[in-house]
Amino acid sequence: MCGQCGCDAHQAAPLPHRRLELHQPLLSRNDRQAAHNRDHFRRHGLRTVNLLSAPGSGKTALLEQLARHWPRPPIGVIVGDLATDNDAQRLQLAGARAVQILTGDLCHLDAALVDQAFGQLDCIGMDLLVIENVGNLVCPAAFDLGEQRRIAMLSVTEGEDKPLKYPALFKSADAVVINKRDLAEAVGFDRRTAIANLSAIAPQATLFELSARTGEGLNALIRWLDGKAA
Amino acid sequence: MHELALLQELCALAAAAAREQGARQIHRMELRVGELGGVNPDALRQAFAVLAATAPWQTTELQLDVVPTRCFCPHCAQAFSPLDVIHACPQCGAISRQVLQGRELELVALEVS
Repeated sequence: MCGQCGCDAHQAAPLPHRRLELHQPLLSRNDRQAAHNRDHFRRHGLRTVNLLSAPGSGKTALLEQLARHWPRPPIGVIVGDLATDNDAQRLQLAGARAVQILTGDLCHLDAALVDQAFGQLDCIGMDLLVIENVGNLVCPAAFDLGEQRRIAMLSVTEGEDKPLKYPALFKSADAVVINKRDLAEAVGFDRRTAIANLSAIAPQATLFELSARTGEGLNALIRWLDGKAA
Repeated sequence: MHELALLQELCALAAAAAREQGARQIHRMELRVGELGGVNPDALRQAFAVLAATAPWQTTELQLDVVPTRCFCPHCAQAFSPLDVIHACPQCGAISRQVLQGRELELVALEVS
């Protein structure tokens, strides 16, 4: 509508263009929520871990073992999946307190989803909380959930060059776990190449080689988790 | 894959800032995306093309600047641009653990009226 006579025929004079400087992180809403979560977890005396891997690397199997062998059970797990609560049920059978987040079409967890799930978790007598992220090596890397430490996992069946293909995730990890080492020989896993790739891509990360199925190598990871959080 | 979610964040941030400043229209959004930001610029542009078919975004332009990765080598005491995803110093070959830039994911400015 025309600004001068109120008719529809004349266009209102265009307003002058101006520039607004913002310099705002795109994920600032998530980052604020993550800072809130981090504070919340600390006040509950929790060590918190964000566990990331491709689908099928063995995240749930690893957490079942952790639930059974953590020195001060029970552990808490917030588990994200697109659908089904199979993982939460498996973890509860292993003795963990587990809350499932169904993400629907969402390819990653964000800090707000974790906050909602945390509200459903009874954390009395608990000192370890693991957030099992959606199986995906791309999207979850960008989202801080408020964790203290981040673990990226790959299994020997996925190939030695996985860290080269998904550098962002491995570069953001405090530790890298190579799982299914009991299958390494059967699948012809080239351990030296894998370790060389990992130390080139993620020199900051502590490396653990284990088998979540047999429990071999699990103790070193438990000691690291039980040490003073970084 | 998460570019659509990021775009929604971007539009919410931009719309709120414009409203706060009493602007009626957003003509341009300037975005800085680091090479290590975990975002594919083409996917982001495509996601925006879908959004830009709907009101009030039809006349909004998305300016996307990619920020190249820069690392620091403590041995040579200088910054360098890595040749690939392995952040090896071109002078001494040491792997750098220090990223100076390239993780940005930032709404820099808006042009509004």
